[in-house]
Amino acid sequence: MILTTLESVPGKTITQHLGLVQGSTVRAKHAGRDIMAGLKNIFGGELKGYTELLHESREEAIARMTEQAQSIGANAVLNIRFSTSSITQGASELFTYGTAVKLD
Amino acid sequence: MYELILFLTLLALGFGVGQYLETLHYKSIINRESSLRHIPAIATKHLPRDFTSCSTKMVYGNVVISIDFFKKFVSGMRSIVGGRISSYETLIDRARREAILRMKKQAACQGANYVFNVKMETSSISKGRRDSIGSVEVLAYGTAIIKSKSTNKHNNLIN
Repeated sequence: MILTTLESVPGKTITQHLGLVQGSTVRAKHAGRDIMAGLKNIFGGELKGYTELLHESREEAIARMTEQAQSIGANAVLNIRFSTSSITQGASELFTYGTAVKLD
Repeated sequence: MYELILFLTLLALGFGVGQYLETLHYKSIINRESSLRHIPAIATKHLPRDFTSCSTKMVYGNVVISIDFFKKFVSGMRSIVGGRISSYETLIDRARREAILRMKKQAACQGANYVFNVKMETSSISKGRRDSIGSVEVLAYGTAIIKSKSTNKHNNLIN
């Protein structure tokens, strides 16, 4: 499975377009991380817990998108974009989408 | 009275430790930027025509950075009179540069020569809460271009 943010893959031609695939995950922060974040709020600096949390969630979103692409018989996802939105307080949605294609 | 003392202590802590951490972070950013200068991050999505025998890999880096208590207070004051809030400017600047560096680091691990079609995405975490944590998340992502297998192997041997 080739994942790329470009519109094509060098040296390969697109034989079939299979449409949009997407993966998303909604994550809430847990209280322990929130307390640490509250402390960090005084001193400033990186919130490592949140960075990791969002990184993991995004990987899951990518995995879901890849799964969807595989199930419709694609071997690459082109033009991938990410998007983040906060739904309620303390929960955010990580969303990723792209075009599933068959490459030759 | 105790509240005032606590507030002033937090303000002083935020000012002292916050400034120190920011200086350290900027130093580390500048160092790593110069060490990763050999991988240019390019915003265009069209590859040059002769890039046919290269492999691609999606890379991304993210970071969440929080503002300190002193800066938050200053920016609160600033929002009364309006104008530039330079304390938030440095916060976002640090976050963006850090995210790009992490993306480039991932690209460097793959032995990449370029990162094409770099996009950035900024979101504020815990938006709309009254005692909200003034923190931003920046995600930078792009496609790493690894020019050819032979040079890639060569790089691995050196490392």
